[in-house]
Amino acid sequence: MKVNPFSLANKTVFVTGASSGIGRAIAIECSKMGATIIITGRNAERLNNTFIQLEGINHSQIIADLRNEEQTKKLVNELPTLDGIVHCAGIITTLPFQFVTKEKLDEIFSINFIIPTLISQKLVEQNKVKKGASFVWISSIAGNLCTSPGNSMYAATKSAINGVVKGMALELASKGIRVNSVNPAVVETNIFSKGVIADEQIRNEIKKYPLKRFGKPEDIAYAVIYLLSDASAWVTGSHLLIDGGYTLL
Amino acid sequence: MMDINDFIKNFAAQFDDTDASKFTSQTKFRAEIEEWDSLKTLSVIAMVDDVYNVVIKGDDIRNSNTIEDLFNIVMSRK
Repeated sequence: MKVNPFSLANKTVFVTGASSGIGRAIAIECSKMGATIIITGRNAERLNNTFIQLEGINHSQIIADLRNEEQTKKLVNELPTLDGIVHCAGIITTLPFQFVTKEKLDEIFSINFIIPTLISQKLVEQNKVKKGASFVWISSIAGNLCTSPGNSMYAATKSAINGVVKGMALELASKGIRVNSVNPAVVETNIFSKGVIADEQIRNEIKKYPLKRFGKPEDIAYAVIYLLSDASAWVTGSHLLIDGGYTLL
Repeated sequence: MMDINDFIKNFAAQFDDTDASKFTSQTKFRAEIEEWDSLKTLSVIAMVDDVYNVVIKGDDIRNSNTIEDLFNIVMSRK
């Protein structure tokens, strides 16, 4: 029987930010493709909610606040050798440019960019990233192809991600390690179901998408599966656009 | 003590093309100020956080018709 090139069987994949939204969907969908999953997140209850939805066996969960240097160090030390690393932990801080402060910049850059970069560095340094392994960063169309009001800081972190993806991809190629990003437009998460944003506003926003809807967490997860799998063996340093056509207009 | 005239001044400072004289306690800012848009919503939220140390949300702005309505919401959270 021909092996499915998109299979993640016999691959161990580490997913950060797995306690909600996109990270949760990535962990669950990757487990369905046969991967052994290690998830991390801050909130024990929400992380466990992801954990119990994983298919198959041998998965593990590690509660950690990545902002805490000691906890991150311990986490990296606990990790086995990996076939896939998905950097999904991130925050959005919406603030008009003229209200930007050093504290807010430090916080968002630390969580979205500096911490995952340092985790990657430590994993490589400790030889925990196998030959043929794949790093996938959850980036954004913001900062790379466009942006939206109040998102200058967020966009800057996502632009930084796409920069480090290229640098890592070039330098880690000799180890057979691939590095890519996925760049989504708006993905429906809790914020939409809680009525935070008015229905009319949502309807107007959806008009900007030629495919007539926002992304679902699974749309992103399937792209991540591709980039983790051997189907993308010759793909590195790329920024995969997933936006329902948003940036065509 | 919060002063409504200061609040109106701080509110008006978020706008570039609208003369400050257009802003009074009774201004229905969402309907009457042409320059009002999503970025202004964010700016007013950020200004309230910055100057008054009060957290308001988009809903608070949508539930306010006049600048005074919003002032009262901010006051109630001081």
